[in-house]
Amino acid sequence: MDKMPKWADVVLIPLINFALAMLVSGLVILAIGKDPIVAIKTMIEGAFYTTNGIGYTLYYTTNFIFTGLAVSVAFHARMFNIGGEGQALLGGLGVALMSLWIDWPHWTVALFFATASAALFGAAWAFIPAWLQSKRGSHIVITTIMFNFIGFSVLNYVLVNQLRPKGSMDPATASFSPSAQLPTFNEMLAPLGIEFSKHSPANVTFLIALLAAFLVWVLIWHTKLGYQIRGLGHSDTAAKYAGISSHKIIMISMLISGGLAGMMAINNVMGEAERLVLNATEGAGFIGIAVALMGRSHPLGVVIAALLFGFLYQGGAELALWENIPRELVVVIQALVILFTGALDNMVRGPVERVFLRLRGGAS
Amino acid sequence: MDFLTIIQILDSTLRLATPLLLACLAGLFSERAGIFDIGLEGKMLAAAFVSAAVAAVTGSVWAGLMAGIGASVFLALLHGLASITFRGDQLISGVAINFLAAGLTVVIGQSWFRIGGRTPALSGDGRFLPVEWPFADALREVPIIGGIYSELISGHTILVYVALLAVPLSWYVLFRTRFGLRLRAVGENPAAVDTAGISVIRLRYSAVIIAGVLCGLAGAYLATGLAAGFVKDMTAGRGFIALAALIFAKWRPWHALYATLLFGLLEAIGNRYQSIEILGITLPGQFMQALPYILTVVILAGFVGKAIPPRAGGEPYVKER
Repeated sequence: MDKMPKWADVVLIPLINFALAMLVSGLVILAIGKDPIVAIKTMIEGAFYTTNGIGYTLYYTTNFIFTGLAVSVAFHARMFNIGGEGQALLGGLGVALMSLWIDWPHWTVALFFATASAALFGAAWAFIPAWLQSKRGSHIVITTIMFNFIGFSVLNYVLVNQLRPKGSMDPATASFSPSAQLPTFNEMLAPLGIEFSKHSPANVTFLIALLAAFLVWVLIWHTKLGYQIRGLGHSDTAAKYAGISSHKIIMISMLISGGLAGMMAINNVMGEAERLVLNATEGAGFIGIAVALMGRSHPLGVVIAALLFGFLYQGGAELALWENIPRELVVVIQALVILFTGALDNMVRGPVERVFLRLRGGAS
Repeated sequence: MDFLTIIQILDSTLRLATPLLLACLAGLFSERAGIFDIGLEGKMLAAAFVSAAVAAVTGSVWAGLMAGIGASVFLALLHGLASITFRGDQLISGVAINFLAAGLTVVIGQSWFRIGGRTPALSGDGRFLPVEWPFADALREVPIIGGIYSELISGHTILVYVALLAVPLSWYVLFRTRFGLRLRAVGENPAAVDTAGISVIRLRYSAVIIAGVLCGLAGAYLATGLAAGFVKDMTAGRGFIALAALIFAKWRPWHALYATLLFGLLEAIGNRYQSIEILGITLPGQFMQALPYILTVVILAGFVGKAIPPRAGGEPYVKER
């Protein structure tokens, strides 16, 4: 018998963990001499009160849905992919190669090819760590960390030595061709009579991210492959006796994971910057870890957690602007969420389980 | 390349290898006891900030060093709490510690000093100054030996020598003492250690605390020896290079010294030259930056001598199954 009902596991415990993370963050704000209540108000107003704020919130959310899904899919096969950052960087290269020189007939065609290219580059960057894990037993966490750094150097080299326009000092590509520009929320919502801020970076990629979340849900819970992935994640010996090839499943789940991380680039590179800059991902690959942990690796949970982190990111920018609290406060919150939901999970789980056992004991 | 250039490159190799070596030995103690530690970076960063901040306020680098070690040990205990007491995932805990340090150092630094997350520049007693060895000045003009003695061996800060001494000390502790034997055993087969009536939990906590102290030294050296103050994100991946060196060294102290010297040399060469020509092929600077990571992946892949981590690494110990 389970020690506690399912809702407690998927809703109550993440909420308690998150509340603890916010509590400690509030103490940090107090410690630096600011008012946590004012801070949270500023964040909410900045993230949700204007369409510009909402646009930024949803833009960040889109990034985090992709990277959160990437970490989740790997988690289901019990692979810890910390390489989302590097895979998303390389995905940006895939997008840039598709968007720089080709004159596309329509943005939908451009988006299709750019997405495929981003996924391909991201998956390629996950390929070697996955293969080494499966065939040579090299720990995937270490290899994906190393590949983040190698990816950064590769991108640095390509941008500085190859893709940088002549005469430019900035390690970045030229602006993309106009045919590869994606419609923003402003353009998409205008025909419906909704006025959305022109300056916000939210674009059509948000819908692609939601679609990706739905497809991951179908994959993990409604296909044979998803069953095999979860099977391997639960017990590799059981999977072996069931005739599931662990090599195949590790490779497939890591390639999907890398591909999803790479696809983030259609949002930040193609949708927002419209050129490839050096540090395009801004740590979104790592936030995917927090998002996946909080979302309990379920696509719906990932979308909700991504929205939460989108809010924290946009709210954090507002805090820096109005309250003079550095943006890095969001990194602290992110760290605490990872700590409480990921590493200190048993600290909350133990007492909550005891409460439920006692309640049940009292009832019977 | 003349003799003086070589001496200068080797000199800066030693300086740059020092934080890597200290962090690498930190990882060595932790992982030999079965606790994976990818939070080396965060502990170093926290120690760098706190040591520079305290040294700036008190004007004493020794107070800074102690405070830096304290900050690093605090994070190490947090790692221990998560991975030993609550049997959480050691890798996730390490990730959290890295971000916690990256965020807190800037948030607190900005609120204390208001100069963009930096600490005020350190000078005089606020820094570790070079230690001149006896007769270093007198011997400077002697050919070859003079250069080696007075440039390469003499004139480093005390922490460089501490790091070098830490290598034989670590070897002795790990391989010639009862504590070391038990510590290694707890990383290979904790159940056997437990059956022998020795506390697994206490051994593992001692290991993470030693790791905390060593990371504290590494961070303090970065901010008060190598540089003159803390800047945002100043570890710049050194914790991960130390991790790479640890794998490269296959979890052995003397090899840790060689691996970190090699990675220090790569960094020193990369700092000095934009690109390097070897056998007619021009290697870009970015390649030199990535080389430690590439070498680590190659070693991990087991094509050039397999790196096998301690067997119980990453597994929380549960007394009864």
